[in-house]
Amino acid sequence: MRLSVRHTTIYRFDAPMRFVTQSHRLTPSTCASQRIVAWEVGAEGAVFGASFVDGAGDRVTTMTVEGPVERIDVTVTGEVETIDAAGVLRGHREIISPRTYLRPTQRTKANGALGELAAEALAAAGEEGDLGRAHLLAAAVAEAIAYAPGTTEAHTTAAEALEQGRGVCQDHAHAMIALAQSVGMPARYVTGYLLTGGEEGMGEASHAWAELHVEGLGWVGFDPANRCCPDDRYIRLGSGRDALDAAPIRGVSRGGGTEAMDVTVVVAAQQ
Amino acid sequence: MYDGKRVRPAYAKLLDWVESTSPEALSQKQRQAEALFRRIGITFAVYGEGGDTERLIPFDMMPRVFTEYEWRRLERGVKQRARALNAFLYDVYHRAEITRAGIIPADLVFRNEAYEPAVVGIDPPAGVYSHIVGIDLVRTGPEEFFVLEDNCRTPSGVSYMLENREIMMRMFPDLFRATRIAPVDDYPDRLRRTLASVAPASCEGQPVSVLLSPGAFNSAYYEHSFLADQMGIELVEGQDLFVQGDFVYMRTTEGPRRVHVIYRRLDDSFLDPLCFRPESMLGVPGLMNVYRSGGVAIASAPGAGVADDKAVYIYVPEMIRFYLGEEPILKNVQTWKCADPSDRKFVLENLADLVVKEVHGSGGYGMLVGPKSTKEQVAAYAERIKGDPAAFIAQPTLALSTCPTFVDEGLAPRHVDLRPFCLVGREVHLCPGGLTRVALKEGSLVVNSSQGGGVKDTWVLAD
Repeated sequence: MRLSVRHTTIYRFDAPMRFVTQSHRLTPSTCASQRIVAWEVGAEGAVFGASFVDGAGDRVTTMTVEGPVERIDVTVTGEVETIDAAGVLRGHREIISPRTYLRPTQRTKANGALGELAAEALAAAGEEGDLGRAHLLAAAVAEAIAYAPGTTEAHTTAAEALEQGRGVCQDHAHAMIALAQSVGMPARYVTGYLLTGGEEGMGEASHAWAELHVEGLGWVGFDPANRCCPDDRYIRLGSGRDALDAAPIRGVSRGGGTEAMDVTVVVAAQQ
Repeated sequence: MYDGKRVRPAYAKLLDWVESTSPEALSQKQRQAEALFRRIGITFAVYGEGGDTERLIPFDMMPRVFTEYEWRRLERGVKQRARALNAFLYDVYHRAEITRAGIIPADLVFRNEAYEPAVVGIDPPAGVYSHIVGIDLVRTGPEEFFVLEDNCRTPSGVSYMLENREIMMRMFPDLFRATRIAPVDDYPDRLRRTLASVAPASCEGQPVSVLLSPGAFNSAYYEHSFLADQMGIELVEGQDLFVQGDFVYMRTTEGPRRVHVIYRRLDDSFLDPLCFRPESMLGVPGLMNVYRSGGVAIASAPGAGVADDKAVYIYVPEMIRFYLGEEPILKNVQTWKCADPSDRKFVLENLADLVVKEVHGSGGYGMLVGPKSTKEQVAAYAERIKGDPAAFIAQPTLALSTCPTFVDEGLAPRHVDLRPFCLVGREVHLCPGGLTRVALKEGSLVVNSSQGGGVKDTWVLAD
């Protein structure tokens, strides 16, 4: 499928800022399930530089804007050819050891309840192997945390989301990582775009899910929020240990003002 | 100082001087030394000793003395270790051959808190990650040195080495005239050259190095300003630097100036809010991106701490064999991992004879010195080990060498350790001297200043 993406992030400051610095993970890499046809990231008045591919194969770029800054529009436009690889990440160049993804962060740390949920999910498991176990964990997360926008915040942890039983894709992904790590499976946070096609309950076009490292297969995506593995409706943008680490935009602005942010993401299938 | 009954030749001249000086004159000299230190205001905590309370670390004017012959062997051992530790760091952030070969357990590296995924795949200039390696050593016999721990991040205490020497030279000019003592005062210049030697390839002309400090509230701020001053480089804080395009710049009165090498005395987690702790105001936003894309060098590299972890320490002799194909010159202290069931059993059965440390602890806090502890303390510690075995390692109590030290009763033997400073750039250099720490309490084996330790000058005498 050929997907087009238009992703705009507008920052407005109520008092001009002295400077703004951002680190972008806004460029998808080519792998078996996606080929980049066109891709562009821009912002008027900004300087781009210090770009590199990190150990996990993500393109990272730095953006700075010199003050006084009152408004920045970061726009991402692109076209990607996707195929359904049943969630398996193939042909993706990365050198980092999967074992580094056994270490939880503050957001993905498993508490007793998350550990129990993982144990219960796998209690009925036979000789499934890693892949089967991963599917059971994803189903358990989907059952335990209902999709309910506005009930959690950016800094909500996996443990908190499970306790309240509600959350968004970020919380599902964090919980999935916590469960996987608690049973010794490396897991990481993935950001990307999703063609929702206006379907009920598919969440937003700006999406997140988890990848688990499955012996013999490598990294495999699981989207508990949509009870599926990523297919040709998904564009994989970047990964990290949690939502903060994988964030498409991480920024710091210095000055006296406060920031308001508007995000619009439109993903469409090209005919 | 004594070799059996005989005074070791290295100490002969020193002892002559002590014997020819009246006790009153000696204690007056000691008071004079303390006054000098107070006037300079050298009060700071030695790295990793925790706590930010500024204090004056007691200075003992009796130096510790090595002969050049003794020092040469030690020097080869320290340099060997520094090279192996850097080879290990390069390896674990690239192909990790050492874990593939099964020499170090993969989880000990990749699940280690100090392993930094953000630097995976980076090729720092000259392949160096740890540019200043401080190796803490103890001596147990004429030819026998043991490494207590490695410090690959930002080992401090070097300003003590320099100040101790300066005060000694000021107080005892005659001794320095009569003896050929290897100078240490070129250390700042060596450090400056080491930093310049690892400037990124994109640097044209003379590299600009800066010392990045967390600021005046940091307990080691004295050392930061002292070293920057001695090296003739700018002492900066995060707000003095900024990132634009591919590079890092320093704000100066003449406008922005590109910085090539950052000698940082700031912990990894504060370096860059866009990569590490987002709330950090001490770092430079975007710094890690410039570092990762090759626009600036950082000494020492973020993530260098994985090489000086107490659990990784056990494998350093294996590292030396694996990377250098050499036999280790300096010994490791035998270490039992409480995570290992049979080691744990041994440790719990012999707790009263062992020294037990927290794997991630430092500064002599939270450790148990079995022979110096009460039955109750030993029993309580055993419970802590059982509660979280992986957090502890144990070592035998070593028969540490002693060194004559001025105490209230006059000259008496006290246990000492040594931290020499090894510089690693395009070349490897060991400064002939170091920081000798002394346990001032009689019989004590803990030299940390937070636990009643002091410092001494360290002399390497020409043969």
